[in-house]
Amino acid sequence: MEDKKLLEVEHLKQYFRVSGGKLFERRVVKAVDDVSFFINKGETLGLVGESGCGKTTTGRTILRLYEPTEGKIIYDGVDITHADMKPYRKKMQIVFQDPYASLDPRMTVGDIVGEAIDIHHLAASKEERRARIIELLSLVGLNSEHANRYPHEFSGGQRQRVGIARALAVNPEFIVCDEPISALDVSIQAQVVNMFEDLQDQLGLTYLFIAHNLSVVKHISNRIGVMYLGKLVELAEANELTFHSVHPYTRSLVSAIPIADPIKNRAAKRFVLQGDVPSPVNPPSGCRFRTRCPYADKCCEECEPEWKEVSPGHFVACHHIDKVQ
Amino acid sequence: MKKKQNKETEAREIISAKPDRLVDIYHERLSFFTPAGEVKALNDVSLSVKPGEILGIVGESGSGKSVTAYSLMGLTAYPGKLLGGDLWFNGHYVNDMTERDFCKMRGNEVSIIFQDPMTSLNPVYTIGNQIEEVIRLHTDKNRKQAKARALELLELVGINEPEKRLKQYPHELSGGMRQRVMIAIGLACEPKLLIADEPTTALDVTIQAQILELMMDLKKKLDMAIILITHDLGVVAGTCDRIAVMYAGQIVESGTTEEIFYHPSHEYTKGLIASIPKLHEEEHTRLVPIEGTPVDLLNPPKGCPFAPRCVNCMKVCLDRQPAFTEISDTHISKCWLLDKAKWEAERKAEN
Repeated sequence: MEDKKLLEVEHLKQYFRVSGGKLFERRVVKAVDDVSFFINKGETLGLVGESGCGKTTTGRTILRLYEPTEGKIIYDGVDITHADMKPYRKKMQIVFQDPYASLDPRMTVGDIVGEAIDIHHLAASKEERRARIIELLSLVGLNSEHANRYPHEFSGGQRQRVGIARALAVNPEFIVCDEPISALDVSIQAQVVNMFEDLQDQLGLTYLFIAHNLSVVKHISNRIGVMYLGKLVELAEANELTFHSVHPYTRSLVSAIPIADPIKNRAAKRFVLQGDVPSPVNPPSGCRFRTRCPYADKCCEECEPEWKEVSPGHFVACHHIDKVQ
Repeated sequence: MKKKQNKETEAREIISAKPDRLVDIYHERLSFFTPAGEVKALNDVSLSVKPGEILGIVGESGSGKSVTAYSLMGLTAYPGKLLGGDLWFNGHYVNDMTERDFCKMRGNEVSIIFQDPMTSLNPVYTIGNQIEEVIRLHTDKNRKQAKARALELLELVGINEPEKRLKQYPHELSGGMRQRVMIAIGLACEPKLLIADEPTTALDVTIQAQILELMMDLKKKLDMAIILITHDLGVVAGTCDRIAVMYAGQIVESGTTEEIFYHPSHEYTKGLIASIPKLHEEEHTRLVPIEGTPVDLLNPPKGCPFAPRCVNCMKVCLDRQPAFTEISDTHISKCWLLDKAKWEAERKAEN
């Protein structure tokens, strides 16, 4: 891991217009609202949060699959917020959540992986293309005979491997992993997690790893960011975030993970949050977490908490840092 | 008819012999006859649940954990057929029950909570309507009393403003709320057994914690038995008294929660425990995955179903199915490694 920033995101905002309750009424969903972070070269940044918190949108906006409403995306020192993306598609790739929906059922696995090679003219001849496809498949633990098969002939774990091979086809430096393991069986998840780690070692990849399962994210990431309703609420080194979290939301998230050890599990102090996540169409004023926060007071209602550094590399947005600690 | 009577007397014998059993399943075999062939979903499954006990069934998708529980309620879907075994529930011989018998039993003596609260409630009826339906069907309460009971239930499952919720439709509630409503419907007649089929898989972690807490709380209050079906080892660790681990339509190991977690004896259970990332460890240790892919139940292997993925696979594993080995009174496991003495003796005899 180097100390060089590969990707920087500054005050990124992504708003979506949706139809409101009434005829002709339009409302704005602030899916991502003023999020800033950076990822070093060769590092894995984990992004966790509950459904609807904007973590997937963040990942997709970084790849410009959505046009950002406001803010800056800087890749390797170049502002790509409004740039032509084609040269960058070779450097930035994505692995999608659902391996059943993200592969074209009518294309063979060889063609799915080879499509990127064709588009970017990465192979001079047919033989070279075929050799490259086989190389990619073996990289993700599949073999050459799989190239002629169709996606439906594979199990979920194998399909996810195909999805990863496709992302690797263009020799990217940076991959957004959008919940790549949540659709897989428990016994298969570990295989895929290990493969992500091996590929990172072999190819020097940088990951943005998005998932809702904190234990998996903690396992694979160097640093973790926690999102709540479109905002980043806490960002720290992985162990620091799990063991010395400051934001009440992160704390509840950590304590809500069921521990697979009966004695520890029963002894664990739970910090169970009340209520549900409010609708992102109509988020609470001030601190967005205040409706479920046990420490909330008038201050939280009136002004948004600042993004503060509490210890080196550990950022939190909360009014009551001292109270929580 | 005569056969049925025989079974009934047998039932009384078994029940009188084991009065502490609420559910008793013996050697159940169930297959789905699909166009592609016979899928052996359950292959010799035996399990029991005592009143007031929480049994966790763990396994990956397709291992038969839901099918086992559904067959107990007569909810086996169309191409599925019960091929053998005896199922007893609360004194009923389930094999001989008709649809009419099932209707009396479901929602009254046994209830189920499904995985996805978004699809398991009827979108065109109000919440109140759906809770009252169960009450009116199984008790002789009138409309007014049923409504009062529905209110009481919503309060029990921790829903705020129950009066207002009764008049709302499912789409107006969040996922966690809907799952609470499902639980309220399940508990309406105070069943002896609640089957929870992945009740928290579709929910966010903080909501999952709420629902699990609620279920444990209600279990204490109402003293019912629960069968908790899940693939999440973390969920069973904190909630269950006993755990059955299923793989490829078989129970491969079963024991108390402590036995399963601290002394796993089947290679699959060991693999499962080793393959989950530990949140509370500071050091980064590489995960130990179970290699290979889940079994194709259309063509199950001849020997132990886990053999093709097992790191300690022996010759006998590929050839013959292992039998259960008793490790303690409560702990059994189906693995040749535990039964080495037996197959070595047999091999000697053969030679």
